[in-house]
Order: sequence, then structure tokens, then C-alpha cells
Amino acid sequence: MVERTPFLNFFTHVILFVGFVLCIAPFVVVAIAASHNLKDVNDVPMSLLPGSDFWLNIKTAWTTADLGPKLLNSFIMAAGVAAGKVIISALTAFSIVYFRYPGRTFIFWLIFVTLMLPLEVRIVPTYAVVANVLSPYQAILDVTGLSWLIEKVSGVQVSLSLGLLNSYSGLILPLIATATGTFLYRQFFLTVPDELTEAARMDGAGALRFFIDILLPLSRNNMAALGTIMFLWAWNQYLWPLLITTDQSHATAVTELKQLIPNVGGIPEWNIAMAGTLIVMLPPLIVVVLMQRWFVRGLIATEK
Amino acid sequence: MEKRVTFSSWTIGILFAVPQLLLIFTFFYWPAGQAVYWSLTLQQPWGGGNIWVGLDNFRSILANADYWNSITASLVFAGISTGLAMFVGLVLAALTDRQLTGSRFYRVVLIWPYGIAAPALAMAFRFILAPEAGFMAVVNQVWPGFWDPGLDGTDAMASIIIAFSWKYVGYNFIFFLAAFQAIPRSLIEAAAMDGSGVLRRFWDIQFPLITPTIFFLLVINITESFQDSFGIVDIMTSGGPANATNLMVYKIYSDGFKGLDYSGAAAQSIILMVLIVVLTIFQFRFIERRVHYR
Repeated sequence: MVERTPFLNFFTHVILFVGFVLCIAPFVVVAIAASHNLKDVNDVPMSLLPGSDFWLNIKTAWTTADLGPKLLNSFIMAAGVAAGKVIISALTAFSIVYFRYPGRTFIFWLIFVTLMLPLEVRIVPTYAVVANVLSPYQAILDVTGLSWLIEKVSGVQVSLSLGLLNSYSGLILPLIATATGTFLYRQFFLTVPDELTEAARMDGAGALRFFIDILLPLSRNNMAALGTIMFLWAWNQYLWPLLITTDQSHATAVTELKQLIPNVGGIPEWNIAMAGTLIVMLPPLIVVVLMQRWFVRGLIATEK
Repeated sequence: MEKRVTFSSWTIGILFAVPQLLLIFTFFYWPAGQAVYWSLTLQQPWGGGNIWVGLDNFRSILANADYWNSITASLVFAGISTGLAMFVGLVLAALTDRQLTGSRFYRVVLIWPYGIAAPALAMAFRFILAPEAGFMAVVNQVWPGFWDPGLDGTDAMASIIIAFSWKYVGYNFIFFLAAFQAIPRSLIEAAAMDGSGVLRRFWDIQFPLITPTIFFLLVINITESFQDSFGIVDIMTSGGPANATNLMVYKIYSDGFKGLDYSGAAAQSIILMVLIVVLTIFQFRFIERRVHYR
């Protein structure tokens, strides 16, 4: 620093250390509680020395909440959302930045508006759409009279129906349907020099060629940042998977945590609950630690 | 900013946007439109047509004491947790920015909470703040009945605020630190040479320069407190006791999916949407202003 301030430096260290302790304490408490047996975890005050039942509790939590398949589901969903966002956002941003077609500004705004309304607030009608994902198209056919026309001409009654409840696509697609990534790419594409495009065009490369061979390799950093953020975001989703996975086969690890809330009456099994919590906490924490650089860069770049 | 060099074949251009457009039409615009439609009609839970009722749904919601209670709870929750998370994040970032030994370490660790799922941290805090086990039990032994989020609405509200703030301190920390580090060192060194102390420099130089970040985070924290709170409430309190923590998103969920009152839930969604849109518009106005700063 610029001057000698021993007292202030001391003070800084103290506060930062307190912040560090508050930040890390819940993790530590969860880990320690997960290692106790039923009696010790309910002791007042709970011992801060680790107990001996850690692996037993982990095993119990794992089987009680059936976490193996649930973690796999979480992983499929998070990876699907991350991949979908990374791909679809790149395509859209390319279209918005590199082409001039009629209605481009309108499309830009259509996409922009999706940033404003999170899934949580339109949760009821979104659920209805996922229950029959073709219902919007059926409604359009009905209202425009097309289904009447088709029935008259061909004798076939149009009834489109495709339910996505309890499916991976039902978990993933609605979460991809916002524009978070598009603007990250757009920002980046705008900084790519025009000379590059010119040179590519002079060499006879078409739009697709340019996109795949030049633009995408240049955006590797953005993809890593966006992919990391979206993976975390999707892994941590709760309300959406809670609603649409009515049967256990597609439930995610985060929603299954609810199974581990100790019952009222009897001695609460906090050790098992904390073991389960630890298992569910760990994957995103590992992603944050490993991908910290991308994660932080992406957070600041998307301003989300 | 626009590109000078573009590709001419605009059919290809539109084709690139089609996947996104299909997705947002199906899962965004249609449901959003549906919400508006439902809020103006009385929808039978299992089909059987809707009856147009105009603004009746809104009227009955706004006449309902439970709804006002949930608005108040949301505002209290948003206000206190945003204030807490931003203040702590700001202090920690300002101190980390002083770049004493070990600041790199804090930089790494302090953002971990952001990666944790709201329900998981809710579970952790449910245990940490449980009245009968863990740590608050010690306080309860000394002072019986002091703390019980299961019975006392204020305690329940305090629990969800603590859990939410804990996560967002890490988030705010990243942005504040980035903002502090964007301030040229030379500016601070010059001020120091002129003899101003650390606090003086903070108020006169650093603080004004990070106000855009403060404003940005204010909006983000408030909007997130309306959405990300769902998992915390569901795991920690389920909206209780006596509706004390029945926040707006939670009420939409319980009215819509447990009470099967689609029209009421839709009307509530619309009100919440308007609230969030207004906040977002503020945010974009601010971002544009900030672009001029640089």
C-alpha cells in the first residue's frame, strides 16, 4: 500500500479473517455434523471434534435419498443446459451481429426481453406448456382455422400432443429459453475486428465457414465462462425440477434433499441430513474451485 | 456499435436465430402470454373452459390480507438481506483491495458460497439455526424460548435472511472487488501524497467511483431475493410459521400448485413480473449511463 498504517493493517486482517470464518463455518459445521452419530449430533453444544461415523452417514444418506441416480440426473440436466446455452446463444449472437436482415432489431428485442422474466414468475403456465409442449402450436392452428381446414381437406383431426413431464428435455429446454448467453457472445463478437471477416470473405469463406473456423475458436474463453456459470446455475435449480419430475426417475439431487429434512418427533437425524447436504454441495463447489478464473470472468462479463 | 462487414445472405442469418426463437416462443412468450390470459379469466383447474372476469382476479388478490402479508414479507426480506449482503460484501472487498499479504487467499475463498444451491445451504442453516440441536440450542439453554424459527415468525424471517445473505455476500464481493480494482492505483497514490487518509480516500475517491456497481448490485440482489429465495423458504420454513415467511414466489407456487388456483397464481405472477420488469428497466438505464463513464 501507499503508506504505513500498521493499526489499519491489523484491523484489515482481523475483519478479513472474521469474514473468512463466517464464510467457511457452514461448510465445516456441515462436515463435522455429518461425521457424528445420532446422539452426538444432537448434543448441546455439539462437539466440534469430528466423530467417527462419517462414511456410515454418507452411505445412509446416499441410499435414503437414492443419490446415485439423482446426481446423474443433476449432471445430465446441468450439462445439457450448459451445452444448449453455449450452442444456441452462439448461433443467435452470430445472427444478430453478422447479418442485416429485415426484422433484425425486432428479433433482437424479442430475445432481449427474456432477460427480464425469470422462470420462477411464469412457473404455472410454463408447467402447462411442458405438460404438452405442442399446445401452443395446436392453439395457433385452432385459432387461425387451419386445423378446421386440414380436417375438411384430409379428414384428419389435428391434435398435437407431446408431454415432456418427467423427461430430460422437459428439465432442460425451458431453462435454455432465456438470453443470458446471447449478450455475452454479442459483446465479444462486436470486438472481433472487421478485417478478419473481410479477409475470410476474400478467401471465399461463407458465413458458416467463418462461424465455425474463425469465430468459434476465438470465443473459447467465452464458452468456458458461460458453460461454467450455466452448469452451476442449472445444477442449483430447485423449483423447476421439483415441479416437473413427479416421478422419482428424473428427480435431481438438489430436490431430493427435501427427503432428508428430519421429521418432527423423535430424535432428528441431523447427521444423515448433513451428510446428504455435503454430497449435494460438493459438485458445484468443486466446479467453482476448478473453474474459478472462468467463472469470475464470466460473471463480470455477463453482468448477471 | 455495428459491424461494417456483414454477410449478405440474410436467409442464413435468420436460420441461425431460429432455434433460439422457437425455444423462447414455446417456453417464454407463450407461457407469459398464458399468464396474462389466465389472470384475466377464471380457469377451471382441470380444463372445462375459462370465463372472462376482467380484473376481478387482481381485485380479489389485492383485497386479500394474506397477499399483502406476502408482499410485506418479501419487501422485508429483500430489504434486509440485500442491505446485509451488500454491506458485508463491500467491506470485505474494500479490505481485500488493500492488497495486504493473504488477499489472494481471501479472493479465492470468499466466492465459494455463491456456488452452493439455495436448498443445500438452506439445509445447512436449518441445522445451524435449529432450536433443539446445533448452536442456537446453547443460547436456548441459557435463555429458554429465546430462539424458535418453528414458532416465532421473526426468528423464521431472520433465518432465511441469514441463509440468503450468506450466499450473496460472495456474489457481491466479486463485483465490488472488480470495481475497486478498476480504479487506477495512481489516483489513490496521488491522494495519499496529498495527505488524505485511508477513510478519506474511500469516501472521496473510491466510493463515488463504485456507485454504478452499487446500484447494479442493488437491483440484482433485490430481483434475486424475489426468485432465489424459493429454495431457502421451501427447505427452511415452508412459508411458516403463520405465513411469516410466505414470500411472493412461494405464494405463487403454493396457490398455483397446491391450491390449484391458477387464475390467482397467474395474477400474482403478473404483479411480480411488473415489479421485476420495472427494476430491470432501472438497471438498463444505469448500464447505459455507465457506458458513458468510460
